[in-house]
Amino acid sequence: MAKKENNNRRDFLVISTYAFGAVGAGSFVWPLIDQMNPAADTLALASTEVDLEPLEEGQAITVKWRGKPVFIRHRTKEEIMSAKKENLDNLKDPQKDEDRVLNEKYIVLVGVCTHLGCVPLGQKTGDVKGEYGGWFCPCHGSHYDHSGRIRKGPAPVNLEVPNYKFLSDKLIRIG
Amino acid sequence: MSKNKSKNSVVEWIDYRLPIFTFLNHELNEYPTPKNLNYFWNFGSLAGITLVVMIITGIVLSMNYTAHVDYAFDSVERIMRDVNHGWLLRYIHMNGASFFFIVVYIHIFRGLYYGSYKAPREILWILGVLILLLMMATAFMGYVLPWGQMSFWGATVITNLFSAVPLVGESIVTWLWGGFSVDNPTLNRFFSLHYLLPFLIVGLVILHLVALHRFGSNNPIGIDAKGKQDTIPFHPYYTIKDLFGLSVFATIFAAAVFFFPNFMGHPDNYIPANAMQTPAHIVPEWYFLPFYAILRAIPDKLGGVLFMFGAIAVLFILPWLDKSPIRSSQFRPIYKLFFWILVFDCILLGYLGAKPAEGIYVLLSRVATGYYFFHFIILLPLLPNIEKTRPLPISISKPILSSSSFSTAAAVREKK
Amino acid sequence: MYKNLTFKIYFFIIFLCFYKTSLAASTNIEYPSQDWSFSGIFGTFDKASAQRGFQVYREVCSGCHGMRLLSYRHLSGLGYNNEELKALSAQFEITDGPNDNGEPFVRPGRPSDTFVSPYPNEQAARAANGGAYPPDLSLIVKARADGANYLHALLSGYKDAPKDFNVPEGMYYNTYYPGKLIGMPQPIYEDGVEYADGTKATELQMSKDVTTFLAWASEPEMENRKRLGVTVISFLIVFSILAYFSMKQIWAPIKKKV
Repeated sequence: MAKKENNNRRDFLVISTYAFGAVGAGSFVWPLIDQMNPAADTLALASTEVDLEPLEEGQAITVKWRGKPVFIRHRTKEEIMSAKKENLDNLKDPQKDEDRVLNEKYIVLVGVCTHLGCVPLGQKTGDVKGEYGGWFCPCHGSHYDHSGRIRKGPAPVNLEVPNYKFLSDKLIRIG
Repeated sequence: MSKNKSKNSVVEWIDYRLPIFTFLNHELNEYPTPKNLNYFWNFGSLAGITLVVMIITGIVLSMNYTAHVDYAFDSVERIMRDVNHGWLLRYIHMNGASFFFIVVYIHIFRGLYYGSYKAPREILWILGVLILLLMMATAFMGYVLPWGQMSFWGATVITNLFSAVPLVGESIVTWLWGGFSVDNPTLNRFFSLHYLLPFLIVGLVILHLVALHRFGSNNPIGIDAKGKQDTIPFHPYYTIKDLFGLSVFATIFAAAVFFFPNFMGHPDNYIPANAMQTPAHIVPEWYFLPFYAILRAIPDKLGGVLFMFGAIAVLFILPWLDKSPIRSSQFRPIYKLFFWILVFDCILLGYLGAKPAEGIYVLLSRVATGYYFFHFIILLPLLPNIEKTRPLPISISKPILSSSSFSTAAAVREKK
Repeated sequence: MYKNLTFKIYFFIIFLCFYKTSLAASTNIEYPSQDWSFSGIFGTFDKASAQRGFQVYREVCSGCHGMRLLSYRHLSGLGYNNEELKALSAQFEITDGPNDNGEPFVRPGRPSDTFVSPYPNEQAARAANGGAYPPDLSLIVKARADGANYLHALLSGYKDAPKDFNVPEGMYYNTYYPGKLIGMPQPIYEDGVEYADGTKATELQMSKDVTTFLAWASEPEMENRKRLGVTVISFLIVFSILAYFSMKQIWAPIKKKV
């Protein structure tokens, strides 16, 4: 019996040594993984300010934010009307237009198709804007309306609205 | 262990087709190892682990490094300041190089002291010297990558060594540089090779282990294991001993990384490379200093280079230079004395390598260089003729030269 | 043979130190040692001093010396919060560009901007300083042997040159500069800045503060590093002890037989 206890104690000691070793090796792995996360300088550039002053009604601009395009369109009255009165039952991903804008004149969207990450067309005057007049993704044919909501095609959800706020009437900060 | 061999049918299924488990069991578990290895036999496994740590930290550092003369220095500083844990990874890698050499040098001197290079382990030894050469090349090129002043001027001086080659020297140097001075093409190829060579080292290490396992480890008394009573299985005896060695090593290593990370570095390497201005006093990293001293001891450019490379080349033929059939210096009193003189000589060379080449230092470097070659080329072949060796024990488990405590203990037991 | 082991380990540690001293000995000037808040295993930066040091850098040094590896956001390491950093960085003018017309333009700084350099390039810096190049200070403490003591000694090392010592035009006599002639005029004078926290700006105080700031700038990771080091080493010591006793236990039957 005494011998068995002795054995147990030895097992406990050796097992805790191995456990300690495993914990040590495991903690060494974390820095190796964490170094691939965004570095401090990358995080510091994570917000962008955009001046909307030069943007006339009906015009759109694309700015780069976190390495991705952000669409900003100064919508016309008709576009706002059509976006607002859309019946939610017709939508694949129902969302009111009011919930997607801070100031209904300006729609701000991450310009990345929610299907597989292509950049939709519709920012330039000559672009194909799709059947709903908003944006059209040429990769697999997703159609978005004036509010950037998915109407037709394979994309599962609406174009993402980034975090942004109005610093003044005509100045926004994204991120 | 046979009980572990195993009820697990998946393991059996795989092992039947790919006998990897049998192999690992044989080489890392049952592997019969002399029972009398001392702590100096820890340094082989330590070197292997350090190599792995260097490769892992190196791979993640390269994810954040830019090999271009305009960005290299700043990208390293970005690693130090902005990349998550970047400073830790870089300091591990930077100090790891020094610790790798400390471990490997101890490993080599252990081999010299206990005659581990002698038959039938000549190829094992030669593979080891090849690993040392590749390590030096890798370390040198790695030191260039941060593109500080020492990086740049170290690269310039070392590559210029090849200009000593008659006739084609200049062309070789131009070829190494990919230009007319150390510049962007040089940095790029050094980065590429610095990434490649460690994997060649891994290949050589595997061969080194294959050769080692052919006859098993040498041991402090240097006679072959005569049978089962002389050996013990590698696991758990040497795995736990290696683990203990590793934990002590890691503690010392961590102390350097966390508290004295720049102790073995040189302040000038925190100044960006400047091709117009050489630092006042340039020295290589400490692990190259003995060789650097030999280089400077010879008053002729080609001669210096030849002697420097000769200092390593002589190690390749060491198994045939040392004619004594007795391995361990425990039984070779005169060799033992000269071994310690060699150790002192190498340290002296290292010291002289850090000193300016003037006055007494030049003379001392010449004497020390002379002794280094005398030791290997003249002393070792001749020594067996004059040395009276001590009698060898019969086997590892029955040393005839047993300590008195052993015989008294035996006597006491008998009385009882 | 085991008895020798401790001796041999010492031997190799001494061997290392030996190399290092032989390296250190090659820089021949000794600098008086100061009592720095950041020295030692548990040393941390005196934040108040470093903040004052930043003020000295900003009002005195930054006229000639850049710190291109630092961004304003890094100053959060000295205890500034986000709002302070925004306000601080906005005081600097950053040349950005090109804008939509392809022209460079000037805008107020942001925390993500790097410190504004006093000169556009090295040539301009040399031209403005009589051929001498005021070195970038981002790494100055790590880039000099015994950096902190060196800087402090240098800043307080301006003396009148001995009678027989010829000081050329545009050079200044400094006992701690290699060669004793330096292109930088004495930068620090009593009350050269008016400290925001009311500390008396003596020469000694300013030189200590700015050195603390520069030491932080060289090694902003230092406090984290030491803190993590204490944890890691404590862990490893416990691990070593466990491993040692495990080893003794596992080896006990073998040792008994021998």
